Amino acid sequence: MTDMTNGEGRRGPSFAPWLSKTLTTLVTVAVTLLGLLFVTFMIGRVMPIDPVLAVIGERATQAQYDATYLELGLDKPLLVQFGIYVSDVLQGDLGKSIRTGQQVTTDIARVFPATLELATLGTLIGVAIGVPLGVLAAVKRGSWIDQVARLVGLVGYSMPIFWLGLVGLLLFYGILGWVAGPGRLGIFYQGIVEPITGMLLVDAALRGEWTVFRDAFSHIILPAALLGYYSLAYISRMTRSFMLEQLSAEYVITARVKGLSEWQVIWGHAFRNIRIQLITVIALAYANLLEGSVLTEIIFAWPGIGSYITTSLLANDMNSVLGGTIVIGSIFVGINILSDLLYRFFDPRAK
Amino acid sequence: MKKNFVAAAVAAIMSVGVAAPVFAETPPNMLVIANRIDDIKTLDPGESFEFAGSDVSRNVYEKLVNFDPLDLDAGYQPELAESWEISEDGKTITFTIAEGHVFSSGNPVTAKDAEFSLRRAVLLDKTPSFILTQFGLTADNVEETIKATDDRTLVLTLDKPYALSFVLNCLTSTIGGIVDMASAMENEVDGDMGNDWLRTNTVGSGPYKVVEWKPNESVLMDLNPNFHGDKPAMERVIVQHIQESATQRLQLERGDIDVARNLSPEDVAGLADVEGVKVVDELRGRLMYFSANQKKELMADPKVIEALKYATDYAGMSDSFLKGQYTVHQAFLPLTFLGALEEKPYSYDMDAAKAALAESGFPDCGPIKISVRDAQERMDIAQSLQNTWGQLGCDVELIVGTGAQTLDRYRAREHDIYLGAWGPDYPDPNTNAGTFAVNPDNSDEAGATGLLAWRNAWGIPEMSEKTLAAVVENDTEKRKQMYLDLQREHQKTSPFGIMFQQIEQNGMGASVENFVAGGATTEVSYWVITK
Repeated sequence: MTDMTNGEGRRGPSFAPWLSKTLTTLVTVAVTLLGLLFVTFMIGRVMPIDPVLAVIGERATQAQYDATYLELGLDKPLLVQFGIYVSDVLQGDLGKSIRTGQQVTTDIARVFPATLELATLGTLIGVAIGVPLGVLAAVKRGSWIDQVARLVGLVGYSMPIFWLGLVGLLLFYGILGWVAGPGRLGIFYQGIVEPITGMLLVDAALRGEWTVFRDAFSHIILPAALLGYYSLAYISRMTRSFMLEQLSAEYVITARVKGLSEWQVIWGHAFRNIRIQLITVIALAYANLLEGSVLTEIIFAWPGIGSYITTSLLANDMNSVLGGTIVIGSIFVGINILSDLLYRFFDPRAK
Repeated sequence: MKKNFVAAAVAAIMSVGVAAPVFAETPPNMLVIANRIDDIKTLDPGESFEFAGSDVSRNVYEKLVNFDPLDLDAGYQPELAESWEISEDGKTITFTIAEGHVFSSGNPVTAKDAEFSLRRAVLLDKTPSFILTQFGLTADNVEETIKATDDRTLVLTLDKPYALSFVLNCLTSTIGGIVDMASAMENEVDGDMGNDWLRTNTVGSGPYKVVEWKPNESVLMDLNPNFHGDKPAMERVIVQHIQESATQRLQLERGDIDVARNLSPEDVAGLADVEGVKVVDELRGRLMYFSANQKKELMADPKVIEALKYATDYAGMSDSFLKGQYTVHQAFLPLTFLGALEEKPYSYDMDAAKAALAESGFPDCGPIKISVRDAQERMDIAQSLQNTWGQLGCDVELIVGTGAQTLDRYRAREHDIYLGAWGPDYPDPNTNAGTFAVNPDNSDEAGATGLLAWRNAWGIPEMSEKTLAAVVENDTEKRKQMYLDLQREHQKTSPFGIMFQQIEQNGMGASVENFVAGGATTEVSYWVITK
């Protein structure tokens, strides 16, 4: 029979590194988020804009001004104000937005799914086209397809998204009528689908409302394609350069000499080795889109988190800005952790 | 297998993507508007003080007296109050509440609701409350001064005998909206008289009720089934937040919206040849002006100010980058207001400007900083001033900031020249006279940041008295004359260079009739619109 003490003794050392790694990650996450909040909070407080006026407007009386000043807790030292804010956040209270009059959590629950949906679809498009294009460009280096990939990348880098968005809207909505106009949903379809996730495509699919799904898709496809194009430009360029590096490596020559098919050489060997770098690139591109693309959101009247934070910042609505910062900060941290996990999955050495 | 799946997926995506929008135009009983509505903070009439919020409020809440959208010039008309009487001492106004008005909740409108709503507006003490408290109504005295003596009689007792037109004009503003007491109190939290609930819900007796408001996204309004008046043709109104003018224009051309409310001059011009679309101009109440801080030595010289007023290219600006958006106007009351002065004594005249400057204490002018917010039209105006004032020999620098930054500096009296806009708070001449031409105590301690005259450190005890005399003058003709005289004096002596009055250009479907944005005095009225 097994000796119980020995057994426990064996488990101990294998359990401890896992625990300490998790703890370290948690502490890092907490410190990162706290630091981020601290900086954002201080920027909000030192900005040359009066937060009281942002609430009450320029016509208010001095008495109303003073009352609001106290209500916002601005009479307390900055660090105390920050302490109060953090303790509220820990209790799930992000405060009220002065711009919308609603709880910041309610606002974010409304605007973030819109961005998440758009960014996810955009990234999917970017990956689905960008990765094969990059690989092809590397394999057929110098060929016409490489030139096309380069041109696509160049246009993606140099065209202002604002302009491209307007032209896209003019062409596909205004002239051709292939897609629906700005906004997330046509006026006839609003209020039909009871929200579950807040992402219209997902909700409509879950509820089986396919006409709403069609309309939502018709609205999202153009802005998503636009964002997808910009990530595509980045992803294909990076994929191409990663692949070129691999293709000139000795193991590839060895594989070819061994008589492996070109397909196996490219996808089975070279591509396998760039997966990890690619994950980083895609994760970054995704995180970038999740921040919200302000200009795209403005042109397509897409009520996402990018324009929410920007408009809030200009109106000195700091609760909303801080709330948005927490969400975006958490996403960056989350995506980092996720890509860490994926590394381990794809790269045996990282285990 | 794999190939088949991909082909099927591509075909599915194509079929969805290529599908044209189902409807080419909006339904006949529905009005779809594109507008910038990100300024709405609240729907509570006791608190709402923003343009888009007031637009909603006007269509949801009735007031004791109100403007007829099809005859704005007629001034206030009976609405919830069918008649009113003023006491001999001029301090007590007795309103008789009309019968038959019903809130969207189903409760009838009584004098008690009016008492509750007006008291509530004073007690909440939100930004617009000054519109009522300026009549001596305070948190301490509302029980006596705002009183429903029975279900159909409301008595207002003021601290002084004000001009009746002044009081009634004020009651037409958003804060005069009458809410359903029962519904508000059912939703009261911590003694807020329903404030939190009414921020996102509406319960008025007007033609519409708000079904849903998504901040920065849309406002959806349906008919109030209990509305006492004729049933409006537009049974549903959707206002979508569309920031971009070009986007609004595209939607209008496609027939996806009926009205586009924020078209740039370029897009208005672009619509000229588009069939099925028209553009309707309307004069609004907003003024564009520059003002000089009298704390600065250079700015305090009246001859320098005169020179600057002559060295401003009013017509040049209104005929070029402001074309269709602003018209030249030089008095502090916007046209269509009682007593608005049409005279324009200043035109671009470099000789007159140079002559005035030569007579001043600063014949070589000097450095001038223009404080301006980073909005296109204001930047354009500031650059024009920089150019023409520069020709006078002034060394003009633009200090550009966000709206809030620029305003902070203005309120702290730190600017040289402030370039800004002012819109009336309520449709009575005192709304502008009371800020452009009142500043009895110019000391820093007075802190009268609400007064534009104080912000420019322009101490005017005498003119303040004249302005205050006009608010208690009950003979309307005399009152009008008093404002005309005040504006003439103001044009000559004040450090304010009033330049333009706003024109709103709304693009709409050719069949849309009776779209009235509200003129200079009120807001949009959806219930009279047909298409």
